[in-house]
Amino acid sequence: MSQPGQGLSVGLFATCINDVMFPDTPKHVAELLTRLGCSLTSSPAQTCCGQMFTNTGYFREGEATVEAYVEAFADCDYVVAPSASCIGSVRHQHQMLAAHRPALARKVDRLIKRSLDLTEFLTDILEVEDVGASFPHTVTYHTGCHSLRVARIGDRPQRLLRAVRGLRLVDLADSDICCGFGGTFCLKNPDVSIAMATNKAKAVADTKAEYLAAVDNACLMNIGGILHRIKAPVTPIHVASILVQQEP
Amino acid sequence: MSQLTTLPRDTDGRLTPAPPPGELIDMPRFPINARHELANTDQRNNLQAATATIRAKRALRVSEVPQWEDLRQAAKTIKDQVDRHLDSYLLQAEQSLTKAGAIVHWARDATEANQIVVDLVKATGAPEVVKVKSMVTQETELNEALEQAGIAAWETDLAELIVQLGHDRPSHVLVPAIHKNRSQIKDIFLTEMGQYGTPAPADLTDDPSALTSAARTHLRNKFMRSTVGISGGNFLVADTGTLVVVESEGNGRMCLTLPQTLISVVGIEKIVPRFEDLEVFMRLLPRSSTGERMNPYTSMWTGVTPGDGPQNVHVVLVDNGRTSVLADPIGRQTLRCIRCSACMNTCPVYTLVGGHAYGSVYPGPIGICLSPLMRGLDSPIDQSLPYACTLCGACPDVCPVKIDFPEVIIHLRHEVAEHKIRDTKPHLETTAIAAAGWFFAKGRRFTVMTWLSGLVGRVFKAKKQFGAHMPWPARLWTSARDLPIPAAESFREWWRRNHERP
Ligand code: SF4
Repeated sequence: MSQPGQGLSVGLFATCINDVMFPDTPKHVAELLTRLGCSLTSSPAQTCCGQMFTNTGYFREGEATVEAYVEAFADCDYVVAPSASCIGSVRHQHQMLAAHRPALARKVDRLIKRSLDLTEFLTDILEVEDVGASFPHTVTYHTGCHSLRVARIGDRPQRLLRAVRGLRLVDLADSDICCGFGGTFCLKNPDVSIAMATNKAKAVADTKAEYLAAVDNACLMNIGGILHRIKAPVTPIHVASILVQQEP
Repeated sequence: MSQLTTLPRDTDGRLTPAPPPGELIDMPRFPINARHELANTDQRNNLQAATATIRAKRALRVSEVPQWEDLRQAAKTIKDQVDRHLDSYLLQAEQSLTKAGAIVHWARDATEANQIVVDLVKATGAPEVVKVKSMVTQETELNEALEQAGIAAWETDLAELIVQLGHDRPSHVLVPAIHKNRSQIKDIFLTEMGQYGTPAPADLTDDPSALTSAARTHLRNKFMRSTVGISGGNFLVADTGTLVVVESEGNGRMCLTLPQTLISVVGIEKIVPRFEDLEVFMRLLPRSSTGERMNPYTSMWTGVTPGDGPQNVHVVLVDNGRTSVLADPIGRQTLRCIRCSACMNTCPVYTLVGGHAYGSVYPGPIGICLSPLMRGLDSPIDQSLPYACTLCGACPDVCPVKIDFPEVIIHLRHEVAEHKIRDTKPHLETTAIAAAGWFFAKGRRFTVMTWLSGLVGRVFKAKKQFGAHMPWPARLWTSARDLPIPAAESFREWWRRNHERP
């Protein structure tokens, strides 16, 4: 296929949780975007979007991650992350955190417009829905709250998944209800978080899908944690790891 | 006063059913209450079913109004204007009310508000009052103040009656007994009604029409003999002095029209500037709250009409923390709330735990914002409320006055964090966050952290997932969820190996 990403310099924002827990996800993003012609960098100056600090009320720590983000990505045409939640935080919280520092705020302003979730980058910038992937399995898709209501990426993930050869997408009941992860919520309100995740895991298991896909590994870790505990035969998988699969 | 002794007393020596002991503000932190409530399976099932129905109804009714977003924007604009000029609107309202023959009273807090009402009722000599469902009198705990003064306050809204007779507290602003099912209600009616008035028929079943008929008979006597009615108000129109009560059962209409004396206790944020502004709210409120196109009863009254309805009309305007909310530039948007309850019906936390976990008259999204804003952050419950939320963002989408809940909640969390940082005694959380913050502030430091996590990953490589038996705090996660082992090699390490040739 042609190379829609030819000449674009993309900064890969792995995000902290993927860097440490799920490195395959950013690796798959790198593989996919390279295949589509982009030239990728991944600066070691990056750390985290900062939302675990900001959303817990610790703005100074959040602000420090904004500085790291700006330092890591200021020179890229685009910053792409395999996480709509982290991108949502970049786009909706970094300005607030940097507001009292005009120089930093200006850099943030320029950068947030170019910060995209992988699925947005594919459909809106590269203008592809069929990335040439093949994944002959039954998949259900979990709509992460921040992807839906903060980053507002809409149905981009589903459009990309529907274009994957062999993939059968099955509906998930109550797909707009939160899985209960909520960042530090899962530690501050463990019982409620578990009750929510259990409801979600039951709905997932009821679909009889082989895979549970999402654009955020945090949700997948939460729902997947229950699925694994109750030995439900559903494997959590990031959308990037589906889109990278090619026909053998 | 001779009438007072004629009302029967219950086995506790009270005129009205005793509420549960203790003050809401003294309740433990939200997570502790939530654990307790989650264990109540009946309540969970009642709540999940009831809120799912009401959510679907709301969505349907909202979808019928093409200009819904314009209406929301208009409501927001009107309410913001009121809050910006609240001082002058309140004076205007006082003037209009006085001109129409009502007597206006001002109350700084709950104690003042209750004292005013108690004095007014005592002056009439009435031994009892009938009440229209009202949130602000829940806030001030007026019923208890009246009981202390030897006056019986009867709730007449069906669900409020169930809660009152059940020695319970409301768990929802619109459907106070949403946590109860029919058979529980039947039991409450059978055991309690007789102590406080007309008993329920001995052969009462849990059929809804039998239950409502029992309630109707029980209330009818109280309506007929009470000479004082107490209400709240959904709206207070500043330019005409008109008060508005919106309800579904008609009990409100009875309380507002039958007694000689009507005392309306109204929060100072209930103002709308002009009568025409009601058109916006009357379209938004029923569809958002009960999922109805129109609410069955809308009562409006403007002061006193000679020879028609109550001849002594009092309006008690209550602050009780509202000016503190107004003083908070981010928090003040919560004063726009019209108590429709759409946010709680939509909240994934509320719909699981119910309203009793919040230690607050207002549960759900609006409660976790409004209560700490009104009461301050000194109590454990108020410090924990802003965290009773996953920030899923479902509530701002349904709020008819467009409150940006995540913005307010994160702002309040910041206030709580600063409160903890200022505190002289050390907090585990602030220490842990400060330590994590240091690692996350610079890429270099984060790299060091990934070496440590990689080490953990290599040590436990064979395990694949951490299971149930983990020490605290990991146990908070692993008590019900397995946890993947960190990667033996972090992404940045892999990238460095493959992309950064020395
Ligand atoms: S905050 Fe909004 S949604 Fe919640 S009760 Fe008030 S008006 Fe309704």
